[in-house]
Amino acid sequence: MSSPAQQSAGKPVAFVSAQALRARMHDAVNDPHLRQSFRGAMDFLMAKRAAQFPDQGELDSLRSLSESIRQYSLSKLPDLLEQLEANLTRNGVQVHWAETPEEANAIMLGIAQRHAARLIVKGKSMVSEEIEFNHAMEAAGVGALESDMGEYIVQLAGEKPSHIIMPAIHQTKQQIAKLFAEHIPGVDYTDNVDALIQIGRRVLREKFEVADIGLSGVNFAVAETGTLCLVENEGNGRMCTTVPKVHIAITGIEKVVEKLEHVAPLFSILTRSATGQAVSTYFNMISGPRRGEDKDGPEEVHLVLLDNGRSQAYADEQLRKTLQCIRCGACMNHCPVYTRIGGHAYGTTYPGPIGKIISPHMMGLEQTHLLPTASSLCGACGEVCPVKIPIPELLIRLRGEANSAPHANPAMVGQGAAYDPKISLLWKLWARLYARPATYRAFTWLATRFRALTPTQQSGWTAARTPLKPASRRLRDMVKDRR
Amino acid sequence: MSSPSHGANTPRTYPSRPQAVYFYGTCLVDMFVPEAGMDAITLLEREGIRVIFPDNQTCCGQPAFTSGFPDEARRVVEAQLDLFPGNHPIVVPSGSCAGMIRWHWEKVCAGDPALKARAEAISARTYELAEFLLHVLGFNRKDEGPATTVTLHTSCSARREMGTHLVGRELLARLGNVTLAHHDHESECCGFGGTFSLKHPDVSTAMVSDKVASLKATGASQLVTADCGCMLNITQRAAREDQDAGRACASLPGEHLATFLLRRTGGSPCGDQK
Amino acid sequence: MSARERILAKLRKAQPELPQHLPSLDAHYAPRVRGESRQERLARFRTGIEGFHADVHISTAGNWPQVLATLCAEKNIQTLMYGAATPAAAQLEATAFGGTTLRPWAGQFEDLKADLFHRVDAGFTLARGAIAETGSLILWPSGDEPRTLSLIPPIHFVLLDAATVHPTFYDALVNENWAAGLPTNALLISGPSKTADIQQTLAYGAHGPKELIVIVINVEGGTV
Repeated sequence: MSSPAQQSAGKPVAFVSAQALRARMHDAVNDPHLRQSFRGAMDFLMAKRAAQFPDQGELDSLRSLSESIRQYSLSKLPDLLEQLEANLTRNGVQVHWAETPEEANAIMLGIAQRHAARLIVKGKSMVSEEIEFNHAMEAAGVGALESDMGEYIVQLAGEKPSHIIMPAIHQTKQQIAKLFAEHIPGVDYTDNVDALIQIGRRVLREKFEVADIGLSGVNFAVAETGTLCLVENEGNGRMCTTVPKVHIAITGIEKVVEKLEHVAPLFSILTRSATGQAVSTYFNMISGPRRGEDKDGPEEVHLVLLDNGRSQAYADEQLRKTLQCIRCGACMNHCPVYTRIGGHAYGTTYPGPIGKIISPHMMGLEQTHLLPTASSLCGACGEVCPVKIPIPELLIRLRGEANSAPHANPAMVGQGAAYDPKISLLWKLWARLYARPATYRAFTWLATRFRALTPTQQSGWTAARTPLKPASRRLRDMVKDRR
Repeated sequence: MSSPSHGANTPRTYPSRPQAVYFYGTCLVDMFVPEAGMDAITLLEREGIRVIFPDNQTCCGQPAFTSGFPDEARRVVEAQLDLFPGNHPIVVPSGSCAGMIRWHWEKVCAGDPALKARAEAISARTYELAEFLLHVLGFNRKDEGPATTVTLHTSCSARREMGTHLVGRELLARLGNVTLAHHDHESECCGFGGTFSLKHPDVSTAMVSDKVASLKATGASQLVTADCGCMLNITQRAAREDQDAGRACASLPGEHLATFLLRRTGGSPCGDQK
Repeated sequence: MSARERILAKLRKAQPELPQHLPSLDAHYAPRVRGESRQERLARFRTGIEGFHADVHISTAGNWPQVLATLCAEKNIQTLMYGAATPAAAQLEATAFGGTTLRPWAGQFEDLKADLFHRVDAGFTLARGAIAETGSLILWPSGDEPRTLSLIPPIHFVLLDAATVHPTFYDALVNENWAAGLPTNALLISGPSKTADIQQTLAYGAHGPKELIVIVINVEGGTV
């Protein structure tokens, strides 16, 4: 069985094989420029978030509430999706379902072709990155233009986002200045940030005006009212969902909540956790196309509901917790590994701790089994997660899924991908040694008495450290001597 | 019960001073840093506590558990469940091993209700050494050492699983002649992470090198930590840097909190007697 | 089977038998509905939205059109577009606006699109209310006051009645029972459009308005 991502491999900026993770990590940690810029950016974002939660009691209460709203919503997910569909349909929104990226792209291409669309302007949507939407449209002769400033920069550079909230966080203003001067006709080099943003504004406003279709993601979909909620600062999300005649929204099936009131705490904890803002500039609640007395807004609104591995995670009580995610990015901002390697090294659409636990469901463990191992399990991600996803626990679970011998009815595609009979045997021997006190005592006695024979090359440990050497006597020897 | 690593900041209630405790030394201390374990035992005994050292103890199972070999972890955990027949508290001189016992033993035993119940009963009376010294024994002895400045590294498990990140600070604050120098990014991981340091040496090295730089930047005379895993990671990285730079003496010596506390308060750490 | 049926079947097969309890939001929000006066609440709103780079002017029910006219003159606004059929429109039209042309929205968006993008300097709308906790305006665009009035022109003027400031977003949507009937588009707006996508440097005027100017009708006339 091949995963969707394998089927879509080989595209220009498609997923990079996870097998190359080590090489990418090596390159990243040895790039002082990258190290410095990510450290600075993450320090900035951590401080901003901390400033938003001066009251620990309020934070604890809001996190618990947000976790329980997400868990409640997931516990009723199929019902809520049907309720959402019914209410959106009643509001005049056309709802589509897609199991794979290919299906989602085909649905959206169909809509584009029906309208003879030449240009689609895009608001920020990680799901559209997940399905390689831009590439699918371009392959069919339809232009797909990113309009979020960060996404626009990344698209100009021919890259993928390195952070889910701040896509161009890896680029300096000098690099962006160069990019603009090279790619935008009539633009001279300037690294003045205000000037650069005004250039982007001018170029993209021309596109909003002429685009045939606007594409957006969804932050929360409200079942009881049939409402799509979007969080943004720039106004490009509003442009994409208001100006073109057709608006297509795409979202993962997990984003639905039952009641409108449920979005209030989630919205609050999202912006505060993500960028340390009390609130974003815009919170855009869309409940249908132009209708009745309305004088503007799109004439058609579509929603594409994407599975792409989410139902696999849903099927397992523990793995289901990955679907609580509201995509704030706080886990990557606080991750010591992400801080040192940046987003691109992961080779997946979603980097950082959350990427390590959701990508295996989207791409299969064959490609991604190394990701869950690239963590010291320090727990910083779980500590800041606004919906209390136990990320370290899930990383351990995925390590187990990857390491275990392939068996029938696995919980996920690619189970056993890292299975190595030799490694498994080593752990079995380890367990025998440590589960039998007498054998353990004999082993440690020998290891301490013959400590001079300890190998001085100790795998990754001695890559950067002096070798470990057992003490001359064990603690138990000392205890015995003293008694 | 869920680990506070994802936010259950429920403060722990502590028992009153017991007559005896079980001491669970951990495999790392047993074989690599026995003096830390011995000094911890001395500290406890000096406070009038009878210390029981179950001779059949081996390992808490953490290496297999975190590497994704839960069956192997369970086998080792099972072998530890008979070690503590009395109702005495269990004291562990390591945040990560204490966290393993406190939060994860019941998970690895989840498949067998009887086993799980035994694991839970043990988890409930397991304490990290520093929190036991502070909250149960009210450790407050006179500092007899000369004025010094030290820096403290608190392990991620102590910080996020045991919720004891302020305990080490408080114990040091009770030493009149000791100044604690805080380092930048204090809450950040040192990059050890057990098999992580072996499997991903590039990132682990980047993390520990940054940690060493931050700790050294405080100008402190030494590092104090309550976790031997972090301690070996940090000090042996620093030693390697010294070696590479041709420095003869250690630029960042470190010792376990137990050893440091014992020496400062008139005791004789076993390593000093050699 | 369609994709819809396959997805729903997979979810249903895995769905927990008993859904979790519906979370109670009141317990979290109850302590946050402070027993503050209207003036205090307005002050919190003002501090919040000014922190997001909006300008706030306090006025009265009779005088706000004059405040707006003065601001338009100061900002050298040639064309101000507004919704034609609102109660405020009549007041606007009765006010001398000097060099600023008042242009009511007339027709469908397609008729006005080029003007909105290239010739209208400012849009004027009413706010349905506001949120003290975050410094946010609540807008419910309608046929009378379309969505693009608050989006495309570079300056957005908003008229807010101080009596409609809610402590939190939760209070606004629960007390007014929004779930019973939302418009095509409902909005919270907290400042002019902005971005920090280049080196975390904040820049205003990204894609939406570059300036957000709030005129508050404060009947009690207190100073804020």
